[in-house]
Amino acid sequence: MTENKNQPIIIVKDLSIFYKTFRAVKNVDLEIFENKITAIIGPSGCGKSTVLRSFNRMNDFIPGASIQGNILFHDKNIYDEDVDPVQVRRMIGMVFQKPNPFPKSIYENIAWGAKMNGFSGNMDDLVEKTLQDAALWDEVKDELNKNALSLSGGQQQRLCIARALAVKPEIILMDEPCSALDPIATLKIEDLMRELSHNYSIIIVTHNMQQAARASDMTAFFTMDEDRAGVMVEYGLTTQIFTNPKNKQTEDYITGRFG
Amino acid sequence: MNKNNSVFESRAQGNLNKRHRVSKIWRSSFFLSTTIGIFSLVILLFSIINQAFGYVIVENKVDPASLSSMPLQSLEREELISILQENVSKNRFKTIQRDNPVEELKRSELVGLVTSEIIKPTTLKSYFLIPSLTNKAEIIRTQQDEFPNAVVQFRSWISPSFLTDPLSTNPDTTGIRTALLGSLWIIVVTVLIAFPIGIGAAIYLEEYSSNNWLSRIIKTNIDNLAGIPSIVYGLLGLAIFVRGLNLITSGVFIGIDQSNGRTILSAALTMSLLILPLIIINAQEAIRAVPSSLRQASYGLGATRLQTIWHHVLPAAMPGILTGTILAVSRAIGETAPLILVGASSFINKDPSGLFSNFTVLPIQIYNWTTRPQAEFRNVAAASILVLLIVLLTLNTAAILLRNHFSKNKAA
Amino acid sequence: MQIAQNPLVNKLRKKPRIGDNLIQAVLLICGIISVLTTIGIVFELGKESLLFFKMPGVTLKGFLTGTSWQPAIGEFGILPLLTSTLITTFFAMLIALPLGLGAAIFLSEYASPKARKTLKPALEVLAGIPTVVYGYFALTVMTPFLRALFGSDTVQIYNMLSAGLVMGIMILPLVSSMSEDALHAVPRSLREAAFGLGATRFETAVKVVVPAALSGIIAAFIIGISRAVGETMIVAIAAGSGSAFTFNPLNAAETMTGYIARISGGDVAYDTPEYNSIFAIGMFLFLTTLALNLVSRRIAARFREVYE
Repeated sequence: MTENKNQPIIIVKDLSIFYKTFRAVKNVDLEIFENKITAIIGPSGCGKSTVLRSFNRMNDFIPGASIQGNILFHDKNIYDEDVDPVQVRRMIGMVFQKPNPFPKSIYENIAWGAKMNGFSGNMDDLVEKTLQDAALWDEVKDELNKNALSLSGGQQQRLCIARALAVKPEIILMDEPCSALDPIATLKIEDLMRELSHNYSIIIVTHNMQQAARASDMTAFFTMDEDRAGVMVEYGLTTQIFTNPKNKQTEDYITGRFG
Repeated sequence: MNKNNSVFESRAQGNLNKRHRVSKIWRSSFFLSTTIGIFSLVILLFSIINQAFGYVIVENKVDPASLSSMPLQSLEREELISILQENVSKNRFKTIQRDNPVEELKRSELVGLVTSEIIKPTTLKSYFLIPSLTNKAEIIRTQQDEFPNAVVQFRSWISPSFLTDPLSTNPDTTGIRTALLGSLWIIVVTVLIAFPIGIGAAIYLEEYSSNNWLSRIIKTNIDNLAGIPSIVYGLLGLAIFVRGLNLITSGVFIGIDQSNGRTILSAALTMSLLILPLIIINAQEAIRAVPSSLRQASYGLGATRLQTIWHHVLPAAMPGILTGTILAVSRAIGETAPLILVGASSFINKDPSGLFSNFTVLPIQIYNWTTRPQAEFRNVAAASILVLLIVLLTLNTAAILLRNHFSKNKAA
Repeated sequence: MQIAQNPLVNKLRKKPRIGDNLIQAVLLICGIISVLTTIGIVFELGKESLLFFKMPGVTLKGFLTGTSWQPAIGEFGILPLLTSTLITTFFAMLIALPLGLGAAIFLSEYASPKARKTLKPALEVLAGIPTVVYGYFALTVMTPFLRALFGSDTVQIYNMLSAGLVMGIMILPLVSSMSEDALHAVPRSLREAAFGLGATRFETAVKVVVPAALSGIIAAFIIGISRAVGETMIVAIAAGSGSAFTFNPLNAAETMTGYIARISGGDVAYDTPEYNSIFAIGMFLFLTTLALNLVSRRIAARFREVYE
């Protein structure tokens, strides 16, 4: 397999995120590569989720939130005036910390997003494919009409992944997707991420350092500076970050001296 | 040291007993406060039931047996019509024909007409339930002494015919159908108007508006309006809907020939304004209770705000909204004062036929009958109250069942 | 690598969503209807009241201080109607305040969860009964009872006391439920502190919890008063028709609301003194209840600030 230098699919330039006048994230420069799994790690409160949510403009829903800098998706700043945030969210999907399937059937959960975005093909095929891609098909294929809320936590989260896949995004953002799940379900999701990365780019925020070390290709380490703003300290290949970090703060965090 | 302790203990002990006694006494009085209200409710129900049933001494002006050898119910329509024509004066028959032509009447209605025009059963005396049960012998004696041509019957003032007969000025023969239909018309139109507007306002306030000056004004207004006495809404309805928008509410604009705006439309518009704040406040709470994770899931898939509200938020909030609407409807059914102002008529006996009819409602009839001195009017008032309370009980039970059913489902 | 910029950028571009904007405008209009209602009330009541005060012989001062209300002979002093309203309200609150607060204390501080589950809904049933039924109750049960108690010579068939007491029973659930919410909002830690010092339940409830919840309770009382002032059917049926200036609660005297109901229920032509007068009184009622409600909400808001 030829080694293709992967293109950056998201380029973050000098990003700062404000809540009213408080700067929550300061001067982040970052490139997310296509078909790679990028992990964002760091102690609590240093803006990891805030950065993640800025990628699909979910921060728009928080009154008083604003950004400075650019987030380029395929070279277009997604915060430009003429960009439709609704479309951004279709192309950059999200899986949340606590699984939040709709109170509908398993089938409907997946079909709804696709229908709403204008899908006109064979819905049954789409449902089956996404459930297979989410490694859930075998477990639910005979009960697609069952209410999604009756599934276990791990199954619900995989359903949410299938639901996100159904609208055919390019990037999947995952906000601590395993923190509400047990270790076995967690491992299932990590395996799933590896499979998905062949076709999608994945950015995952995680508290769990071991998870980042196991499952990601690139890792960004964030911490909080004196002004309580989140800053990115180091970003690089996961193997390098975890065996030979360039920055002392990174090394301290990874070896457990703080955080 | 020990001596001090024992003094303290014995004093404290005596004091403690007294304090416990005081606490128990007050507990009883607080409990009494709670039960006095319930006690009054029981007395209220009791007195209504007391006045809705009882013996009556009834005398017929004309003996039904003299009209026909067979019971009236079994006669054919033609026979009934001919009995009517024979025994009623020509002028009176003309009047009857003009109001309600006999050819259009059903057989049961003809029987009723024969009864009220010819037989004319008159209640000479009526008794409440308790005296009926305890003093039966004395009642029979009274009838034999004072009213030898009458009979003593047990009368349940609330009966199926009470529900289906039209209003009449005679308490003996009156039914409440006219008023029931009036109430029904008004409630349906009111809900058709107030429900969409109320939900719309609630959606706007909860999902669309930022906390700017406009939404704060709207919110303050709604809170204020919820506390205004209902009679003020009546004044508003009178001035604007009955008088000001006369052309619309009276139906003149589509060619109906009448000159006053005291119609079902005016009443429904007034009642809509009355229950609108209730619906809005309740819908707001129901919408607010929908967890934000549901909205986030929808937005995350690239849905617009409208799609998120219509497909996810509203369905999730609907049980709460429906429950609240049912409660608002209960409130509206019992309202009297605003409808007095908007011109509920108490002398109507024709069923309402549309938005532009004059009308009466059940609470208005209760008001009317309660204020008349004759004892029989007490009876029909009590019977009407029973009907009203049963309707309200059904509605409220439905609301509670609805709420329980959906909170059980959500827990899944 | 294919530069996928152009088609992608087009996909991201904002589409004008006319349908969405239209719907948002419609929803806004729904919200504004409430503002229009208030404007309508103020406008209509104000307009007719002005006509009323423009009539010869009618002055604001005369209206507010006159002791005779006889529209037929041109006398428009509101005091007879006002005192009747105040007296019926007084007796209503005499029942609703102590009993409502007592019930609230019982339900909040004493009752077991099972007892609460049965008693609370029972009280709420009381709140759901239409006022015209209460009016019937006042006339057919309370008045005969009072007449039996005090003698049929002293108690008239229509009297303010009967109406007032029944109004109290009607308002009791309202005061009770609002007071109970206030008591409930007081944090458990406060009660535990008192119990920990060896206080009885009564002492804790009355000396610790009630004072802490006082402003919420006062807010409940004021709402109750506002309800009593605006109540129509009970007084229209049981308190009397025809205004009379009397301080004896056992006499008949029409209230402000009863007057409005009586006049509008009869044959009244537009633009006569009587017609305009009901709007003037209506305006007075509106302003009074509005003021009471605003004060109550202010107090309640301040109370919530402390505990939330």
